[in-house]
Amino acid sequence: MNEVKNKALSDSETRLRDLFIRGLAGDAAVYQVFLQELSTHLRSFLRRRLSRLPDDVEDLVQEILLAIHNQRHTYDADQPLTAWVHAIARYKLVDLFRSRSRREALNDPLDDRQDLFTDAETEVADARRDLAVLLEQLPDNQRLPIVHMRLEGLSVIETARATGLSESAVKVGVHRGLKALAVLIRSKHEN
Amino acid sequence: MKTDDLILLLASDTVAVEPRVWRRRYALALGAGVIGAVLLMLAMLGVRPDIAVVMQIPAFWMKFAFPGALATVALLAASRLSRPGVPLGAVAWAIPVPVLVIWLLGVIELSGATPEQRDMLFWGTTWATCPVYVALLSVPAFIVLLWVMKTLAPTRLALAGAAAGLLAGAVGAAAYALYCPESGASFLGVWYVLGMMIPTVLGAIIGPRLLRW
Repeated sequence: MNEVKNKALSDSETRLRDLFIRGLAGDAAVYQVFLQELSTHLRSFLRRRLSRLPDDVEDLVQEILLAIHNQRHTYDADQPLTAWVHAIARYKLVDLFRSRSRREALNDPLDDRQDLFTDAETEVADARRDLAVLLEQLPDNQRLPIVHMRLEGLSVIETARATGLSESAVKVGVHRGLKALAVLIRSKHEN
Repeated sequence: MKTDDLILLLASDTVAVEPRVWRRRYALALGAGVIGAVLLMLAMLGVRPDIAVVMQIPAFWMKFAFPGALATVALLAASRLSRPGVPLGAVAWAIPVPVLVIWLLGVIELSGATPEQRDMLFWGTTWATCPVYVALLSVPAFIVLLWVMKTLAPTRLALAGAAAGLLAGAVGAAAYALYCPESGASFLGVWYVLGMMIPTVLGAIIGPRLLRW
């Protein structure tokens, strides 16, 4: 049994690591595949650990994906990807538990019955926190590149034309906007 | 926003990532911290006037070797603690080694000295101000190192803050040694260590709040 499991682990380690490293080298399409596959692993990892908080799973998947993206410069190619991802997921999970327990101590007791009829394995939940709403709070030089490129599907060059920003300002705007988004999520936790 | 949309958004951020960027950042921070500490030392204290003479004496170099050894292990610890999933490993055991060595040297030195010599070696004339100056001189490095750490991704925040504080303390101690008129190993082992403990403990306290991401 364990051997089968270890084999599966080392297979996905090899595959994901390869995708990630090619993504870091600048292949956006491969990077997207990496994030997609990673999100399925994260989802099942979190569902097992958040059986009492199923509504938080997708929020946390998104938060961890954003953290992995924003901290990708801390990955060393010599290091097992599993260890790096796991440490980030664990850090964010502990953070969630901490902010939850603080909030519940104040006024929002967990209803133990809520998980009785919840089948966490098949449920495909939407994220409760809408990142698009948080995006609205970013300054224009970060928000506009993100809105044009992502939500309207324009290229960097088209976005630069539409916003009057330079191409590098568009790229930097997206980059900084994603960092700022993580800061906004964190300040929400702290309230 | 659906997770797939977020993934598309993340994949559209194509700003290149420099491999092992933390090395350059720590090197720059350490350089800035050393320069800041030396400038602060020159402004507040000045280099000891007999520096040319004492440079001939091994005990003078011990005052740099000791903080230098601590800085080396603290830098390794800080660099590891700044990155998710990198264990401290043997570095955790290496951190107390320089302190234990200087204590051993201090004990040997004191046991071979007369009572009056002992007083001079252990207390010197500057024991009361030494820890304060070491801590003050560590301030520039403390600020830049924590700032660099914040651009990385520490997951054990109190430990990470302590490692940055220890590294800053060692930088402060080495800069202070250019002024310090004392020469006892026991003096280093107590008063320098006390001075370096101030930024270390401060880092452990503010790390969990400051370094969150």
